[in-house]
Amino acid sequence: MKVKMLSRNPDNYVRETKLDLQRVPRNYDPTLHPFEVPREYVRALNATKLERVFAKPFLASLDGHRDGVNCLAKHPKSLATVLSGACDGEASVRIWNLTKRKCIRTIQAHEGFVRGICARFCGTSFFTVGDDKTVKQWKMDGPGYGEEDEPLHTILGKTVYTGIDHHWKEPVFATCGQQVDIWDEQRTNPICSMTWGFDSISSVKFNPIETFLLGSCASDRNIVLYDMRQATPLKKVILDMRTNTICWNPMEAFIFTAANEDYNLYTFDMRALDTPVMVHMDHVSAVLDVDYSPTGKEFVSASFDKSIRIFPVDKSRSREVYHTKRMQHVICVKWTSDSKYIMCGSDEMNIRLWKANASEKLGVLTSREKAATDYNQKLKEKFQHHPHIKRISRHRHLPKSIYSQIQEQRIMKEARRRKELNRIKHSKPGSVQIVSEKKKHIVAVVK
Amino acid sequence: MSAIRASESSLLASSQQEELEDLPKDYPLSTSEDEGDSDGERKHQKLLEAISSLDGKNRRKLAERSEASLKVSEFNVSSKGSGEKLVLSDLLEPVKTVSSLATVKKQLNRVKSKKTVELPLHREEIERIHRQVAFNKTSQVLSKWDPIVLKNRQAEQLVFPLNKQQSAFAPIEHVLSGWKARTPLEQEIFNLLHKNRQPVTDPLLTPVEKASLKAMSLEEAKMRRAELQRARALQSYYEARARREKKIKSKKYHKVLKKGKAKQALKDFEKLRKVNPAAALEELEKLEKARMMERMSLKHQNSGKWAKSKAIMAKYDLEARQAMQEQLARNKELTQKIQVASESEEEEGGTEEDCDPLVPDVVNEVQVKANRPNPWMFRNHSSDAKEAETQEDPEELAGSTAHEASESEEEEGPVAEEEILLKEFEERRSLRQKSGLNQIAEPVGRPETKDSSSQAILSELRVLSQKLKKENRQSRKQEVSSVKTVLAVQREKPAQEEEEPLLLQRPERAQTLDKLEELSKEGCFQNKELPRAAAEGQCLERNPDNHLGAPKEKKKKEQMIDLQNLLNTKSPSVKSLAVPTTIEELEDEEERAQRQMIKEAFAGDDVIRDFLKEKREAVEASKPKDVDLTLPGWGEWGGVGLKPSAKKRRRFLIKAPEGPPRKDKNLPNVIINEKRNIHAAAHQVQALPYPFTHHQQFERTIQTPIGSTWNTQRAFQKLTTPKIVTKPGHIIKPIKAEDVGYRASSRSDLSVVQRNPKRLSIRHKKQLKKNSID
Repeated sequence: MKVKMLSRNPDNYVRETKLDLQRVPRNYDPTLHPFEVPREYVRALNATKLERVFAKPFLASLDGHRDGVNCLAKHPKSLATVLSGACDGEASVRIWNLTKRKCIRTIQAHEGFVRGICARFCGTSFFTVGDDKTVKQWKMDGPGYGEEDEPLHTILGKTVYTGIDHHWKEPVFATCGQQVDIWDEQRTNPICSMTWGFDSISSVKFNPIETFLLGSCASDRNIVLYDMRQATPLKKVILDMRTNTICWNPMEAFIFTAANEDYNLYTFDMRALDTPVMVHMDHVSAVLDVDYSPTGKEFVSASFDKSIRIFPVDKSRSREVYHTKRMQHVICVKWTSDSKYIMCGSDEMNIRLWKANASEKLGVLTSREKAATDYNQKLKEKFQHHPHIKRISRHRHLPKSIYSQIQEQRIMKEARRRKELNRIKHSKPGSVQIVSEKKKHIVAVVK
Repeated sequence: MSAIRASESSLLASSQQEELEDLPKDYPLSTSEDEGDSDGERKHQKLLEAISSLDGKNRRKLAERSEASLKVSEFNVSSKGSGEKLVLSDLLEPVKTVSSLATVKKQLNRVKSKKTVELPLHREEIERIHRQVAFNKTSQVLSKWDPIVLKNRQAEQLVFPLNKQQSAFAPIEHVLSGWKARTPLEQEIFNLLHKNRQPVTDPLLTPVEKASLKAMSLEEAKMRRAELQRARALQSYYEARARREKKIKSKKYHKVLKKGKAKQALKDFEKLRKVNPAAALEELEKLEKARMMERMSLKHQNSGKWAKSKAIMAKYDLEARQAMQEQLARNKELTQKIQVASESEEEEGGTEEDCDPLVPDVVNEVQVKANRPNPWMFRNHSSDAKEAETQEDPEELAGSTAHEASESEEEEGPVAEEEILLKEFEERRSLRQKSGLNQIAEPVGRPETKDSSSQAILSELRVLSQKLKKENRQSRKQEVSSVKTVLAVQREKPAQEEEEPLLLQRPERAQTLDKLEELSKEGCFQNKELPRAAAEGQCLERNPDNHLGAPKEKKKKEQMIDLQNLLNTKSPSVKSLAVPTTIEELEDEEERAQRQMIKEAFAGDDVIRDFLKEKREAVEASKPKDVDLTLPGWGEWGGVGLKPSAKKRRRFLIKAPEGPPRKDKNLPNVIINEKRNIHAAAHQVQALPYPFTHHQQFERTIQTPIGSTWNTQRAFQKLTTPKIVTKPGHIIKPIKAEDVGYRASSRSDLSVVQRNPKRLSIRHKKQLKKNSID
């Protein structure tokens, strides 16, 4: 008889260096690990609960402005730098350092409101427009000792400028007011001005991908698209109510989202303006500002109802709502360029910094932590339709005002729906057209 | 749409328009030519002017005009006939003769053919057309993004920032050239390198290496190359031949080949023995080594995959059986010892050794050498030389004693048989141990003879030597057995007699489980024999007077019965073979005690009965109930003690329909509750969620676990990859055409705007106006 020696290859259980992980032999026989669904369900439930436990999105409040913050701008090269313009006449523009959470520079830029602010694509200077009918260009770095804080250039206009945006690659910027003007940085006259109808235009935005495209929204309830190269407007869509601002998707060249007064946001494909791709509804008051995450998958909206909400691009309902007791009407909002944080400026003179992902752990994660969070995320995704998990993950505390508003809205909506159903029921079949929610808010598309 | 088309056509027609615009410029040139004819006239005119200007006053003089008309009126210019219209052709008549005015005529003709010019479009209309054209153009430009957007939307994972900076691999020389030694250690190392003239940069060869490279002359190199080429060609030729031969499937061919080889080998060996006995010895040594190898390996045992398959086939297939037998024979050959001389030495003294024709006398001496790797043998030799003389191997000693014993067992009778058995087992065990030890003690670094052909030759040699041995043994046996024939004949079982020594002498150790089983079977067999022998003894006792004339049939019957009994009842001796009995007894006791304890612990409750009762109740409860609608006293007398009549009851009893059969009907120890569990329902998904189209899809996604408990590490990582990965602290720029492999537009937006801010649009308008005519 052959005696079989029990022998093991040390390579299988001895580490090469002491820094290696210990090898753990595993048996994946499914009979040894039963109840995989219930066990994963429990894990998913725990993950969801923990997510809610750790959901602490508020990071910092930057105070210093003497009036409501009217506009915000990101620095294109530095994540830590933020520019803000306020409604007061004195010290109206401030530059903030987010890591120190301090104001690093204050500029007395305009008499009255600072209506718009934008940084140059290289990050060396920035532009402001104000109620004093001027466009001013400033250096990003502060003045040296003894120098006076003077703008690099000042352009005196004939009318009030209400917004400004800089081209993403070239020394060109666009202002809006009575018309959309496109300026060369070197000249004092616009190289091109485009109008379509006579109304005050509230905001203008360059397309970040196809940079010759512009979008603007005017107070006569329309959104107008322009082509800078051909020096002509392209198309105009008229909505139910006024659009406050628009924002282009930084990953999809033809998609933009409009923040509307009728509490909704509309995502359009600019090639087919007659039907929005998605209607995002959750706010209970006018939406004042919108900004896309640099990943192009989500956007954040600021509303007059004192809250900001985060919407996935392809969902009509928000996934998150941020509010604090002291935050008043939010006027402007920005998503930082690393897609981790959100900044919002509000009426009560503060700029607030939030996490984009409420329960995310900040700082460097170990690989095991990362694996665990990934796993939890996947579990939450997998079991998201289960009622308990859904309930927990959707649960949010809201201020009483917003909550009651939501209830009210719901009742109103239900009543309208019921009425429509009744009308259909009591009229000749086919005589009442059923209009989908998407089309309901579009008044006309003008070619 | 028509408007757009019109505008586009207008754009197309712009070139034609340009022709029209350009032509008038050419016209004056042509007129200047025909002026040349009336050169004299002009000179005259000039002269007149010069004369008139002589008086100093710069009088403006009206050119005299002569009218070609009948009626000259001072009010207006009139044509020839008052009622007649001026026709273009009349004007052209005099021109006809002049060839240089042909182009003008053509143009005029074209104008003539055209209808009246339409009104230009309204400005807003024009702008709208512009917008539509521009919009179409823009959406065309944008549609190049469609595939990318779609890809990004469906991507399993997106890693931001999108533009990865590819790490460029700089060659080591570049890195080194840019680097300077700073620390003292680095400087020291550099000094050393420089001392050895180790090149830091490009060629990376020391001067010595270079010299060595240069050392070989061209001639030499050529020669060497040719040699190598020849060798390679030869090798490939032999390889091809070997491959060809290997492909031949004929067994006969191979057999003949093998035999031929063996013969050749034998011849060679003979020759070698004569010429060079030492070399022959080496050959023999090789044989011995091969035997050892075989004993170590399982190559020709029945345990291989091939052998197993053949064993299955052997029942039906003659060839397979033969193949198996061949293999076994090969095994036997290889494992058999060739030390005939030594064996003979033991039993018959040194005389026979000398008369052995084939095995050389050196063999015995060499035996020591051959067994040198085996320390046991070595020690035996060195320690007690006395023993070594008679027996070289304890193995052999045991074997020989067993042999003797087995041979003598018949005489000793039934009592002695048991002893023999025990001895036999003892011996086998010792044999096994030894062989094991041998195996371990054998040095590892021994050259292995893997070549099959050489092995075949070896085996041939072995066969030869074995033949010799057998002859010897048989002669021996005959001698020994001749003494015992009388008794053997009395016993009347010659077959057994012949078999037994074979069994006992089997030289191979049981190497596989099969062999072990065989061993135990043998034991059984012998054990079975034991009582029979006893019975025989009894028989003998019963009728001691007639030894030889014992009734055969009766004996046989008894044997049969005994065998049966033995099969049914386990004999302790059998057990003792496999497992030690004492331990088993202990285990039995333990088990019993445990069982007792469990019994005591659960003395009161009869779990099974309780369960059955519970199940019965559950079944009853789940059965649909009959509904009895009889009203006592309705249509009959009612009151205390009066029951409604059976007929009534039958009539108003609504029998419940029999429900579907219970799922646990055929499962006696299971209760399946078929009611919906509301507690579980609270955790279950009520409706099919959105992206899924069938409940099975959804269920499948839920069923497949993603955790590391159920998946390998790699699979786990793959299953849990996040959809979006961002690098903390990195700015994510908007997507660019260059990122996704498109060519970015070379013209900057600014330059385009500056080139055509308004001028372009004005021109467009002009064209539009002109084109809107048609």
